Amino acid sequence: MSVIKVHELSKNFGSLHAVNALSFEVQAGEVFGFLGQNGSGKSTTIRMLLSLIYPSSGSIELFDLPLQANRNQIAERVGAIIERPDLYPYLTAKEHLQLFAKLSKQKISKEQIARTLEQVGLSLRSADKVNTFSLGMKQRLGIAIALVHNPDLIILDEPTNGLDPQGIADIRHLIQDLAKQDGKTVLVSSHLLSEIEQVASQILIIHQGKKVAMGPTQTLLDPNKAIIHIVTQHDEQALSILGISKYAQNIMQRKDGIYLSIATNEIPALHQFIVAANIPLMSFELKRSLEDYFLQITSMQ
Amino acid sequence: MWPIIQIETFKIFKRPRTYIAFGAIAALILVIQMGLKIDGESYAAFLMKDINNTLIVDGKVLNGYLICYILLQLLLVHVPLLVALIAADMISGEANLGTLRLLLTTPYSRTQWVLAKFIAASIYTILLLIWLAFLALFLSMWIFGTDDLFLMKSNYVVLIEGQDVFWRYVGAFVFASFSLLTVTALGFLMSSLANNSIGPIVATISAIVFFTILSTLNIPLFSAIKPYLFTTHMNNWKEFFDIKVTDTNEAITGSILNVAKIKNSIIVLVVHIVLFVSASVWIVRKKDILS
Amino acid sequence: MKFKSTIFIGILIGIQFLSNAQTNVLVERVRLKLNTVNDYTAEGIMKTDVSFIKASLGKVKVFYKKPNLIKVKKDGGISLLPKGGVSITMNSLLSTDQYIAFEAGKQVYKGKTLDVIKLVPTDDKLDWVISTLWIDPVEALVYKTFTTTKDNGSFEIAMDYGAYTNYGLPSKIVFGFNTKDYKLPNGITLEFGDEAPISKQKAMKNKKGTIEITYSSYIINKGVSSSLF
Repeated sequence: MSVIKVHELSKNFGSLHAVNALSFEVQAGEVFGFLGQNGSGKSTTIRMLLSLIYPSSGSIELFDLPLQANRNQIAERVGAIIERPDLYPYLTAKEHLQLFAKLSKQKISKEQIARTLEQVGLSLRSADKVNTFSLGMKQRLGIAIALVHNPDLIILDEPTNGLDPQGIADIRHLIQDLAKQDGKTVLVSSHLLSEIEQVASQILIIHQGKKVAMGPTQTLLDPNKAIIHIVTQHDEQALSILGISKYAQNIMQRKDGIYLSIATNEIPALHQFIVAANIPLMSFELKRSLEDYFLQITSMQ
Repeated sequence: MWPIIQIETFKIFKRPRTYIAFGAIAALILVIQMGLKIDGESYAAFLMKDINNTLIVDGKVLNGYLICYILLQLLLVHVPLLVALIAADMISGEANLGTLRLLLTTPYSRTQWVLAKFIAASIYTILLLIWLAFLALFLSMWIFGTDDLFLMKSNYVVLIEGQDVFWRYVGAFVFASFSLLTVTALGFLMSSLANNSIGPIVATISAIVFFTILSTLNIPLFSAIKPYLFTTHMNNWKEFFDIKVTDTNEAITGSILNVAKIKNSIIVLVVHIVLFVSASVWIVRKKDILS
Repeated sequence: MKFKSTIFIGILIGIQFLSNAQTNVLVERVRLKLNTVNDYTAEGIMKTDVSFIKASLGKVKVFYKKPNLIKVKKDGGISLLPKGGVSITMNSLLSTDQYIAFEAGKQVYKGKTLDVIKLVPTDDKLDWVISTLWIDPVEALVYKTFTTTKDNGSFEIAMDYGAYTNYGLPSKIVFGFNTKDYKLPNGITLEFGDEAPISKQKAMKNKKGTIEITYSSYIINKGVSSSLF
């Protein structure tokens, strides 16, 4: 069962295409990694999933219900943190949880609130006002708010921001537990592949609002998979030829050329195909893995 | 919607800023009361300079009722600024803080949130007014006692019997609540337009100052728009303290000179409140939350 | 010639003396009547009619004590009285004999033929300059006075009589006085942008005010404490 179904989703801010025809699905019980550099459109997409931003076009369904028409009903089953952990400085951690428990329209016991605080390691500071908290503690409290009403879908936008290595590890374990033990669906975004690859079973990479890669983590990070970056004199001609070839499914077009995701042992055959097709090749470069590819995108910032 | 109204009200009264207004009003009122207690007679003598040319005014002119009137005259002009401090921060303050996005992911619609926030801001405004009433009226009544209300207006004097005064204050405070709720609604509208706290507060205060000047300037050019400005009507609580007279110039106890004027002002203010709040709902519903 | 002139002047003075003696008699009758009252406490209703004042009818108590102490007190409220006017009542006017009285003819007032008598004080300390009295010679009651004071302008006092005629005490008394302009700056009243009220125009035209007290009862000569004044 898909918990999130996004189809051809776009968002324009004036002439800026923040999200461009993005489609993906997230299945129940999986940890879905949403990867992209800062400004790639991750947060805009997440905000659209939470109906904070209205899409310019496309559709979103959560729990098989169209989001717009069923927003309140859906919101009861979703918990989220969005970018920075912004909280009320004049309230305590416990007051925050009590407040958002009340807002969830569900009956949430004191024990549940205490358990959630325990879960994120804030039990000892529950009576302290948030203005005394470090960024990492605020982030933990943000996660606690997302979890307090026991939602089915948890959306965590950059949850490890500001956390120390121990904190990052704690959050990683928490995400894994949520999915494995509690059967929750988790969508977690990050700009760091290393964070995502350890927890996510599926990964979606977006860049400049467009999907550039998506698939099971195992497959995407498979050492037998390679990314080939080719630069030609006429990219359009090359694309039209490749587009009708058996490599059609593997193409990722970017400004700096064409990328193809193929098995390592297919590299010679691809090279031969390009030469045989008389594509005016200027460079043919092997990117070792998805990680290389992602790092390259990131380094272009 | 009740839980979110409760939460919004809880949040308002958890913020230290909220109490600035209560403190400011208490300080102002106590200072004025102290001044009038110590040196009120010379102030009254100054006011009655013209009257004393012709008449002897015998009795306790400077009683709690007059003190309250003086306080309201001075304060109700400034309380809107204190109301703006909270109302103009209701949405933009949370946008600035980043918490607005948390609220808007809860299972309540944006319309519900905007209305709950407006109701919470209105509760604050009404409580501020009750606080003002308590200090300005009841405390003054306690300190200065009560008597007839001898009211010196610009062109004439109204002498209202002691037992005919209290209900007028009740009316005046109810009227003032409409005035202040209009300010709350205006601040709220400004708040829905911005993502920072200071801008809407300054904009609300500027708008009040600007329109008040238009309302008070007796320039024919502005006369046409004056009846439609909320600032023209905000001070009409004073109408509760003007009284009808018979053909033989005998004041009619229990009467109000211009009931129609009060009704008209309330209608204008309510229309403003509805417009401002509706506009806020429309803006927030349309808005992408980018903060 | 000189002799004739002396006789003529002598006759004139004689006539004047005789006439004065007669008016004095009338004033004296009034005075004697008023002098039977050592003090009184009266209850009444006061009505203030001044163009720039809106006031309702109010219950008042009037306290008087010889020779010239008088106090009008509203029942637990604020009362407005013409400045200096109240003290110039009949009782206080005639509480002294430091005046010269002149007859000034007769006038019909409210259907009665009244003697008009002018009083001029001989004591400089008194605060009135001249007073005209309209007196009913039959009952020895003053129906109207017009008094010019040193400091507080002129007052007209009209009186009606009822149950207390024997003491010369009126059942109704109307103080008439000239009012001065009343205006407080908007900066003080904080009444900005208000259109000028109707009573403003009225105030311009009508510069005369009256304060009217209709007495319902008098308690006479039962003692009034001096501390009340």
